[in-house]
Parts: sequence; C-alpha cells; structure tokens
Amino acid sequence: MGKRILMKGNEVIAEAALRAGCRHFFGYPITPQTEISHYMAKKMEEIGGVFLQAESEVAAINMVYGAASAGVRVMTSSSSPGISLKQEGISYSACAELPMVIVDIVRCGPGLGGILPAQCDYFQVVKGGGHGDYNLIVLAPASVQELYELTVEAFNLADRYRNPVVILGDGYLGQMMEAVEFRDEEPIEKANKDWATTGHGGKRTHNVTTSIYIDPNVLEAHNRKLQEKYRVIKEKETRAEVFNCDGADVVVVAYGTVARVVKNVIKDAEKKGIKVGLIRPITLWPFPTEVFDKYATVPKGFLTVEMSAGQMVEDVRLALNGRNRVEFHGRMGGNVPTQKDILEIVCQMADGQ
Amino acid sequence: MAIVFKKPNALTDKPFHYCPGCTHGIIHRLVAEVIDELEIEGNTVGVSPVGCTYNNYEYFSCDMVQAAHGRAPAVATGLKRALPDKVVFTYQGDGDLAAIGTAEIVHAATRGEKITTIFVNNAIYGMTSGQMAPTTLVGQVTTTSPFGRKPQLHGYPVKVSEMLATLEGAAYIERVSVDSIKNIIKAKKAIKKAFQVQLAGLGFSMVEVLSTCPTNWGMSPVKSLDWLRENMAEHYPLGVYKGKDLEV
Repeated sequence: MGKRILMKGNEVIAEAALRAGCRHFFGYPITPQTEISHYMAKKMEEIGGVFLQAESEVAAINMVYGAASAGVRVMTSSSSPGISLKQEGISYSACAELPMVIVDIVRCGPGLGGILPAQCDYFQVVKGGGHGDYNLIVLAPASVQELYELTVEAFNLADRYRNPVVILGDGYLGQMMEAVEFRDEEPIEKANKDWATTGHGGKRTHNVTTSIYIDPNVLEAHNRKLQEKYRVIKEKETRAEVFNCDGADVVVVAYGTVARVVKNVIKDAEKKGIKVGLIRPITLWPFPTEVFDKYATVPKGFLTVEMSAGQMVEDVRLALNGRNRVEFHGRMGGNVPTQKDILEIVCQMADGQ
Repeated sequence: MAIVFKKPNALTDKPFHYCPGCTHGIIHRLVAEVIDELEIEGNTVGVSPVGCTYNNYEYFSCDMVQAAHGRAPAVATGLKRALPDKVVFTYQGDGDLAAIGTAEIVHAATRGEKITTIFVNNAIYGMTSGQMAPTTLVGQVTTTSPFGRKPQLHGYPVKVSEMLATLEGAAYIERVSVDSIKNIIKAKKAIKKAFQVQLAGLGFSMVEVLSTCPTNWGMSPVKSLDWLRENMAEHYPLGVYKGKDLEV
C-alpha cells in the first residue's frame, strides 16, 4: 500500500475508475457529483482517454451503452434527477447485458428537491427505476476509502457478470475529504469480451448488441437467463458489515453515512449499559437477507435508520419476515439523523417501549 | 456463366420484412453496396434505430448495435470514441431522428462526431401505424392528423438537412431520393461520399433519403413514388447542403 493522502470522495471515485482501467467517461453536470467530471476531464486528456460532456443525461447513458458495446471499461456519474433521466438507458443496458459503472451521489428529492445529501433513491436504484424485470448490482460505500475500493470492484463485477453496477453514495460521501490509501497495483480481472461489437474483421460472424426480442418465447428465455444470472450474483456477491451484533439488545440497520453515525450511537449506548449492534448492507442489491437470520431473535428488536422516509426498511422487514419488531427513524430534505435522536429511540426500545 | 448482379456481401441472407413498395430495401442495398465497395464490412459497426428498421441488425453483415428510440447518434458516439479507427454509422427514420432524437443528432453533428447517419424521411411514423411525424407535410392526412396537418395546430415540417448544415461540426450533408433509377444512382454516390468523409476523419456526415411508405400513405407503390416527386421533393429540395466542394 502507498501512503495515506487526503482526498475528496468524488475525486477518489474518479481516480479509482482510472486505476481500474476505465478510459471512457460520459457525463453531464449536476450537483453534488460534478467533481467526478472535473477530475476526469483533466486526467483523461493527460492519459489519452475519453472524457465527453454529453448534451444530456439521456445521451450520456446511451454513449455509455455504445462504448460498453465496444467492450471497453466505461463509467458515467450523476445525481438523483440525472439518474431519473438515465433510467431508459439503464434498463436497455441491463437487458443487453452491458458491463458499465454508474455512480449516483444522491441528493434530496423528489423533484429538483435540493442539493443536500439523502438516501431517498434507494427504491429507484435498488428496485429498478427503469422498466422490466432486471437488477443492478448496487454497492453502498460508507467512507472515502471504501469509495475507492468498491469503485475498483464495481468494474470487476460489471465485467464478470455483464451487468451494470451502481455506486450508490449520499452527497456527504461525495463531498467530504478523508484519508485514502491507494494500492500499488489494482486487482483488475480480465474478462472475455468476444461478444463485443468491435467490427468482425472477417474473422467471425457479426456480433449484435440488442435489447429487443419480439418472439415471446425468446424474450421469456432471455429473461430466465437474466434471472439465473441474478441468482448466482445473490449467492456469490452479497456483502454486509456485521458489527457488535452478538449478544446485542437492539440491532440497528443503516448504510452509507448513516451507518457511521450509528457507530457513535453504539459507543454512547454502551455507556448506558445497552448493547447495540449494526448491520450495514454493503450490497443493497443483492440485499444481505441471510445475515438477518442469525440475529432475528435479538431481544429488543431492529431499528432501521435512513436519510429517507423509509425505503430500505422494507427490505429489512422482508428479511425478518415478521420474526421481530422493526422500527424506523428517518430524516429528509438533506437533514441527517442525529446521534442524540437515534440514541433516544434505542434507549426506548431497550426499555421495552 | 458470368455473375452480373448479386446480393452485396454486407447484407445477410435474412429476407427483409418490409411492406411491398417500401423503399427501405433499396436504401439498405445501397448502404451494403457502399460497404462492399469500400471494403469496410469487417471494420464497421452499425447502429439500428427504433422504427420499421429496428431489426436491420439482422440484415447487415457487419457488427450491429440496436439503440433506444432516437438515441442512435449517442450510441454511435460511444462506439466511435471507443473504436476511433472503425467506421460507425446510424440508420434512422424521421420519427427517431427528427422528433425524439433531435437533441442527440444535433449534438452529434455539433461535436463533429466522425460518424455517418443515413436518415430516411418518409414524412410519417411507419411502424406504429402512420402517425404524424415532424416531417409530415402541411395538409397531409395521418392517423394523428386525420384532417390534415394544420400549421396553426401542428406547426410546420422540419427540414433536418438545412438545420444540420448550419453546424460547423457537420462536414457533409446531402438530401437525395430513391424515387427513380437516376436518383437511386445519385443516392448511392452520396452515401459513398458520406462514408468516405468519415474515413477521411473530416467530421459528421449525413445523407437524408426521401422515401415512401405506401402502407401508411394509403397508396400503391407506384402512386407513392409519384406523390413523393410531386409533394415531398418540393418541400425538401434535393441537393448538397454542406461540403459541396469536399474532396475525398
């Protein structure tokens, strides 16, 4: 490992992508993720890569679709309203099985909402904001170091499964500066891309990238193939951090920035004689359902905390399937759940309220 | 016996699904003949649109990418930026290019993307059964302008070649027609030149091809050709709009 340096989250995402071998970036300006474009615009020129500021988010994702068809490692980044615009291209890319990395640094909504951090796009990204039966691999980092590591990993996962991968971070993660330590060499997986449309060179029959299957049986067969791929991803790629859960009175479920607030709550609660655990999903899809089985009977129940009106909490309830109480605490509009408020709820739950 | 006429290599053996009298078949053949003559099939990636030609990836023998409605120029941009030494073309209709995909075509031309667009203008939406297109002529009856296109209600038909010719990134823009043998020969020359402009790295190139839609126009194929000559050619004059003196 190299030395620790201080960097902004958004710039670390861009640097990680370059280290992962991404030489093609298509984006459109939107707060609070724009530093990714700034970094890419400068670096791509220096290293002979492609940075292109598209005319819209719609165009940007379709440029990604084209570049991914050619088999190169490619990325786009945006924030909530921009991700709404990209949904068309995301659905097509999932169907056409194109590897790509999409960064969503979430801001508060709905509508133009505001530019402050939020987690209100969990439904959109995790449950599929586009049309059709598809899943994206969704990674949820909680620190700048993890933004780096998961962005590199995102490119490997995208290639391995021929599937779009989303880095879902809130505005805090993109905007904050933190120490990051880069590896000397990245673990880049080489994927076989003999499906890519690069020109057949007279050496094979033509390759086709498509997302249309007019014959119902052919389309159903394609859907079944996608579902089988998703099953394998669930089996192999589900990740979560389980912290302090053994013997806990209450387990809090949180991801991203909120999980860091919860870690402080755990220390505060300990002083009051309450043991609080944390389950932090790192893959939001696939959701780490099985992790919940071990702690399903925790005495005082579960609390889900989000910067939303309550979205991931639905997956927590599904994972527990009625086996325990699930409370929810959320803030919206760019506000963050405070340590004090979470502690108060945890204490009430420990008290049997 | 000497072979004097055969299917171009750049077309597959798959039979076209187009309606009787539709001119897409002619235009496909012209594109394929040009690909053969320039010997670029192995280096070419085409982009299929949404519309009647959504599945022309089954007809062209080169690598093909199917794009979302109107997004072909953006998809082609991604392809070309990833494969700068390859030839990339889009094949789009007037609903795809001149309505839902207006932003994508204008900005691909603005950037001077080194791609070639074959723009087929038949003044109507074909695949969805004959709705008014941005290119529908004033007075023309369609399923969504049942009393004829009225400027006060629907605006005027858009002249894409003239519009794109104002952009500095566009190197070569020509409007042709496939209504007669003479015009088909001219159309092929234009398509060839458009690909040559791309090969020379000169910028964006587009050929607008006036075409018929007998099914949705409600006319016989022969009458459709007459209607094209008598009505479309007047509103959409044939000729080179950009790059007239370009040497390739």
